[in-house]
Amino acid sequence: MIASTPAFFISFDSLKDLFVNLIQSLGFGESFGWVAFLLAGISISFLIINVMVMATAFYTWFERRMIGRFQVRRGPNRNGPFGIFQPFADVLKLIMKEDTIPDAADKPVFTLAPIALLAPTLMIMIVIPFGTYLRDDALLSNLNIGILFIVGVTSVNSIAIFMAGWGSRNKYAILGSMRGAAMLISYEIPMALGITSVLLLSGSLAMTQIVQSQSIWFILVMPMGFFVFMAASTAEMSRTPFDQIEAESELGSGYNTEYSGIKFAVLFLAEFMAPIVTAAIVTTLFLGGSQGFDFLPGGIWFAIKMFVLIFLLLWVRSTWPRLRIDQIMGFAWKVLFGLGLFNIFLVAVEFMVAVELGHTKDDGSLTTEYMLIMAAVNWMVTIIAFVILANFVGKKKYHRPEPTASPLANMGIGGD
Amino acid sequence: MSTIRTEPVTINLGPQHPSTHGVFRLRVTFDGEEIIDVEPVFGYLHRGTEKLAESRNYVQIVTLTDRMDYVASMSNNLAYVRTVEKLAGIDVPERAQYIRVISVELQRIASHLMATGFLLNDLGALATPLVYCFRERERILDLFEMLCGARITLSYMRPGGVFQDAPDDFWNSLNTLISDFPNYLDELESLITTNEIVLARTIGVGLLSDTQAVDSGVTGPVLRAASVKWDLRKANPYEVYDRVKFDVPIGNSGDTYDRYYVRLQEMRESIKIISQCIEQIEPGPVRTETPYFIRPPVGETYSSVEGPKGELGFYMVSDGGISPYRCKVRAPSFINLTPLKDMLTGWKMGDLIIILGSIDIVLGEVDR
Repeated sequence: MIASTPAFFISFDSLKDLFVNLIQSLGFGESFGWVAFLLAGISISFLIINVMVMATAFYTWFERRMIGRFQVRRGPNRNGPFGIFQPFADVLKLIMKEDTIPDAADKPVFTLAPIALLAPTLMIMIVIPFGTYLRDDALLSNLNIGILFIVGVTSVNSIAIFMAGWGSRNKYAILGSMRGAAMLISYEIPMALGITSVLLLSGSLAMTQIVQSQSIWFILVMPMGFFVFMAASTAEMSRTPFDQIEAESELGSGYNTEYSGIKFAVLFLAEFMAPIVTAAIVTTLFLGGSQGFDFLPGGIWFAIKMFVLIFLLLWVRSTWPRLRIDQIMGFAWKVLFGLGLFNIFLVAVEFMVAVELGHTKDDGSLTTEYMLIMAAVNWMVTIIAFVILANFVGKKKYHRPEPTASPLANMGIGGD
Repeated sequence: MSTIRTEPVTINLGPQHPSTHGVFRLRVTFDGEEIIDVEPVFGYLHRGTEKLAESRNYVQIVTLTDRMDYVASMSNNLAYVRTVEKLAGIDVPERAQYIRVISVELQRIASHLMATGFLLNDLGALATPLVYCFRERERILDLFEMLCGARITLSYMRPGGVFQDAPDDFWNSLNTLISDFPNYLDELESLITTNEIVLARTIGVGLLSDTQAVDSGVTGPVLRAASVKWDLRKANPYEVYDRVKFDVPIGNSGDTYDRYYVRLQEMRESIKIISQCIEQIEPGPVRTETPYFIRPPVGETYSSVEGPKGELGFYMVSDGGISPYRCKVRAPSFINLTPLKDMLTGWKMGDLIIILGSIDIVLGEVDR
C-alpha cells in the first residue's frame, strides 16, 4: 500500500501504517494499535488545520489583491513583497484586540458559534481526493459515503450562523442570522439536487469513485447540474450576489456585528475558507478531480482547477450587486429547484436509455462514447433552458417606454 | 397549539451606519423584513451655517456654502453669489458667466457620479462601480484644482464673477475630458444599465408618483424621474443657460431605476452644455470690481439655481450692513427627504438602503 502511493501524498492509512511500524520498531506489541490510530488521527487533524489556515491566509491576500485590481487600485502592498504578509499582520492585529462579549449576550452560544462554523468547513477537507485519481487517496480514503458526509457536515453552517446571531443579542445580527437560516436551508435543496445528478452517473457516494467515473468531466456531461450546484454553493457560503447574511451596506456586518478579536478572526477564517472548500468539492464533483495530463502530478491539476474556480467566484464577488432576500428565496425555489429537478430527470432518462442499449461498463458507469452523446444533448437542452429563462423570467429585455411628461409641470417654453 | 407570537422590531439605522450617507438616523419599525414605519431623525451634522452667515461679511460666506453640500461646492457657490448679486445689483461679466456654467456643470457630473457609485454600493456591489465612478470624478476634481487650487471646498466664485480666470491648461484638459466622457458613460451603462441584478433590484422599487413628488416639494433628478419635466435651467434660465441647447431627461414612473437613469442622462446633457459653452466663450474680464465689504441696500431676495440634487435656493435679508440680517437656505437634500416615509413603507430592508441612496442626500446640506 505505502509503496504504491506517491511519495508526496499522505493519507490516513499510510500514516497509520507508518505509526504501526514505528511502534513495533520501538518494541511495543500489536495491542498498541490504538496508539497508532490515535497518532494518525492527530497528525491528519494537525495537517488539515495548518494547511487550510495557511491556504486561507494566502487566499485572503490573493482576494484582496485581485479585488484591488478589479477596482483600479493596488490592494495591500506594504507588508513583504507584494504585501504577501498582510494576512499575518491582520491576524496578529485581531488576536491582540480585546475579545469583548456583550453583557446581554448568551455567552456559551456566543463563544461556541465561531467554532461551530469553522469545524465543519475543516472537516470537509478530509474526504476530498487530492491525489492521483487511480488510487484511493483521499486523506480519509476509506470513507465510502464521502459526499453524504459533506452534505451532512455543511448543514451545520446554518446552525452556527444562527448561534452567532442569536447569541450576540443584537438586532442587526439577528436580522442577518434570520436571513441566513432561511437562505442556507433553502439552498441546501438545489445543492443536494446537483449532487444527486452526479451520483446517478457515478453510481457511488465515495469521492474517489466519483472522480474515477468521470471519463468525461461531469461539467461537460451535465452543465445544468454544474450551474445549479455552483449557484447553490455560492449561496451556501453567502457571497455576492447572495451575501444577505452579512450585507455590509444594509446590516453593518450582519451576524458577526458583535464579534471582535480572536472570535472574529475565527469567523473570518471560516468565511474565507468556504470558497476554497467549495472549489475543492466542485472540482471533485464536476471537473474530474485530479485528472489531467501526465506531465504534472494529479495534485497539481487539482490545485489548478481549484484555483480557476476560486478566481471565478472572486470575479463574481467583485462585480455583481446583491439580490434582495425575497428574490434570493425565489431564485432558490422557483429557478434552481426546478432546474435541478429537470436535470435529474434528464440524466435519469438518459441513464435508463444507456442501460437499455447496453452502454454501461462492468462497474455500472457509462461508456465514454455514450457520455459524449449525453454531453451534446445536455448542452443543447441547457442553453435552450437558459435562453428561455433569461428572456421570459428575467428582466434583461426590460424596455424603458418613452417617458411622457407629467401635466403637473409647465416650464412655459413651448414644451421642448 | 397557538400560533407563534410575533412583534415588530424597531431598529435604529444610523447615525453610524455604512449606507445612510453620513450621520443620518432612521428609526425603522420592521415586521420581519418589511418596513411598517419610518421616522427620520437628523441634526447630527448641524453646524449652524445660517446663523454663522449673519456674523460674516458677504465674501466670507462663500466658504460657508462650500461646506453645505460638500460634494457639489460649485453649485452652492453659484446659488449664493447669484443671490448676493441680485440683492446688491452687481453685474457679472459674460466670460465669468460662461466659466461659472462650465464649472457647475462639471460639478453636476461629479455629484451624479458619486450618487450613481454609492447607489451601486448600496446595492451591494462591493465598491467596484464606486471606484470606477470615482476614477472619472478625480479628473473633474483635477480640473477644479487648476481653476482654484482646491478640490472639494472650492470657494471659486465671488459676488461679481469668479476670483480668477481659468488657466490655459484648464481648457486643454477640459477638451480631453469632454471628448473622453461619453465613452466612459457608455462603459458605465454597459456595466450597470442592463445588469440583470440591478434591474431586478431597482425597477418598480421606491415608487414616487408625480403628484406625490410635486405635493412634497421634491426637486431635481428625483422629481424628473417621476416624469415631471421641471428644470430651473430651462424654466427660469440664469447665467447663460438660455444660450445653450440641452434636453431635460425625465423618467417614467419614478422608481429607483428611473432616478439612476435620469442622472446618467443628465451627465450626457451636461457634457453637451459644456461643449457649447467652450465654443461660445470669449476673452474678457471675469470679475466686476466690488468693494470688499459689500453693503447691499435694505431689502430681501430669493434666488435659486438647479443644483445637482434639486432646487438650491438662498433667501437673504439685508439691513444695509456688511453682513446679511438673515440667510435661509432651501436645501434640496433636506426637502427631498419629505416623501421618504411614503416611499419606504411596505418595502424591505434591502430596498430601504437603495431608495435612500437613490434620493442622493448629503448630510452637510440636510443639517446645514
